[in-house]
Amino acid sequence: MALSKQEWLALEKKAFELRKLCLQTTVWAGSGHIGGGMSIMDLLTVLYHKYLNIKVEDPQWEDRDRFILSKGHAAIAYAPVLCDKGFNDVEMLKTFNLSGSKMGMHLDSNKVVGVDASTGSLGHGASIAAGTALAARVLGKDFLTYVATGDGELGEGSNWEGFMTMSHYELSNCIVFIDRNHCMIDGPTEEVMKLEPLADKMTAFGFNTIVVDGNNIKELCDAIDVAIERSKEKCAPTCILMDTKKGAGIKTMEGDYTWHYGAIDDALFEKFNAELEEDYKARVARAEKEGK
Amino acid sequence: MAGGFVYNAIDQTELSTAEIYGKAIADIVQKDPKVVAVTPDLAKSTKLGEVLKVCPERVFNVGIAEQDMFGVAAGMARAGLIPFASGFSAFTSMRACDQLHTDICYQNANVKIIATHSGTSFGQAGSTHHAIVDLAITRAMPNLTVIVPADGLETANAVNAAYENFGPYYIRINRGFDRVLYDSQDYGFEVGKAVEVHPGTDITVIACGSCVFQAREAAKFLENADGLKVRVLNMHTIKPIDRDAIMKAVMDTRRIITVEDHSILGGLGSAVAEVVVEGGKACAFRKLGHPDKFAPIGLHEDIMAEVGIDSNGIINAVREVMKMDFEEDDNWDDEF
Repeated sequence: MALSKQEWLALEKKAFELRKLCLQTTVWAGSGHIGGGMSIMDLLTVLYHKYLNIKVEDPQWEDRDRFILSKGHAAIAYAPVLCDKGFNDVEMLKTFNLSGSKMGMHLDSNKVVGVDASTGSLGHGASIAAGTALAARVLGKDFLTYVATGDGELGEGSNWEGFMTMSHYELSNCIVFIDRNHCMIDGPTEEVMKLEPLADKMTAFGFNTIVVDGNNIKELCDAIDVAIERSKEKCAPTCILMDTKKGAGIKTMEGDYTWHYGAIDDALFEKFNAELEEDYKARVARAEKEGK
Repeated sequence: MAGGFVYNAIDQTELSTAEIYGKAIADIVQKDPKVVAVTPDLAKSTKLGEVLKVCPERVFNVGIAEQDMFGVAAGMARAGLIPFASGFSAFTSMRACDQLHTDICYQNANVKIIATHSGTSFGQAGSTHHAIVDLAITRAMPNLTVIVPADGLETANAVNAAYENFGPYYIRINRGFDRVLYDSQDYGFEVGKAVEVHPGTDITVIACGSCVFQAREAAKFLENADGLKVRVLNMHTIKPIDRDAIMKAVMDTRRIITVEDHSILGGLGSAVAEVVVEGGKACAFRKLGHPDKFAPIGLHEDIMAEVGIDSNGIINAVREVMKMDFEEDDNWDDEF
């Protein structure tokens, strides 16, 4: 069902709140992978507040949808989402990255409630997701498996092994997202290690590929609706290639690869919060204008 | 027997280790709908083909992709299945090392790995296919139980134990043509407990895998030829290692030799040495295994002879270690 204006506005509000919480967590932690956290925050918002069939009161519910954050360093965004959702105490965010915390820079599925896979070593999520989706078939369950990779991460060949398995077994019950923020640690992806034509690559690997603006909640939801519809039949899996901006929502940071990982002092915190406010206003205006 | 899968001596004379393992898994798959098999284009080579015969819908071939195999298996396990993932040990331990470490061990995923063609059992294939460092790698991984069965029946026991106990297992078997050590499956196999396969009080040989048979043959020979009483322990579980059996060997025989088809760095010998040193008791000690260099190419038995981990090599080592001088008094109080 198409996203209503009301729902769109509600999701924008949640995404805004979560971005602020992510920024705050980075300050508490002293530093963090905030650039890639912000680029994927819209996806995390729509998954956890619209699509995932999960139970906060029963985190290990067997029939729950699974989400695997292959780009595990985006935990700086993922942890706030899980805490805000109620899986973990929001107070835990104050310990993120600190000695003795259950929340490290990359989340441990055996320590942080709601995490389906311990990731951080890049290139692992696709295969784990394929196994999870195959398990659903063996067990006769209808749950869906969502997996999100980074773009620079795709340099790890193991991703493509996982993609081949998804394609070979027609795992349409597995939905792949690529956070195409065009940046990696050492520079723009196309300078460090060329990825384009990425959509063609995914299609060549057997995916039904949909390219969207990954920082546009409406476009994201429309694409996920298509993927979910396709999941009802065993067929080619869907890849939603999300064109995003590193640091999305914070103008100073947007598209700047040096914000892969960074520290935020009080002055920057104030400035970035103000930029998030501005971005939110623009997003609300767009939803008001384009929503139905 | 555990799991109710019992194979007898006749099976063993007719079936290779790999075939017994294939049958053992096929039996488990038929009994438990949550058990699946995952293979990297090695269903035939690793004998998971036995599962294909009885339950093809629960065999998943991921192609030549060990990293993917482990990721897929971890995902399956986390979703409630019990996957047996089987491939050549060189690649399960090295090519897919990160997936073994992170996807399986870190998550404590209930994945059962059967690493075949281990040591130099695929000798003619050369060092690309030898696995003489896999124990060093796997032994260091938290949560992982590491078992090196000595023959087909022990492999069946290990497979059953892995199935019945939660957590990741690494079972390291050979290409499949092992000398037969046991004539029955019912000899008291227990994970983490060494099995004495030859009694003795003069010296202890601690072996695993294909070297256990060789050690027992050596012990029989030395008893007749030299009048030596050689205790032989089948240390089938490398982790958790049987500390009690090792310290008892130190106390009773005060001379220990370890034998393995693996590098002398990081495998059985290192594991035993760690226990001995921490035990604080004097003991003559020798590690037999591959020296710190790549193994030669050849038939498994030829490589074992060249490296000195066959019965002749063990006989020579026992005679040398029996001559080694060390404090032989019975006063343990002056040692620390």
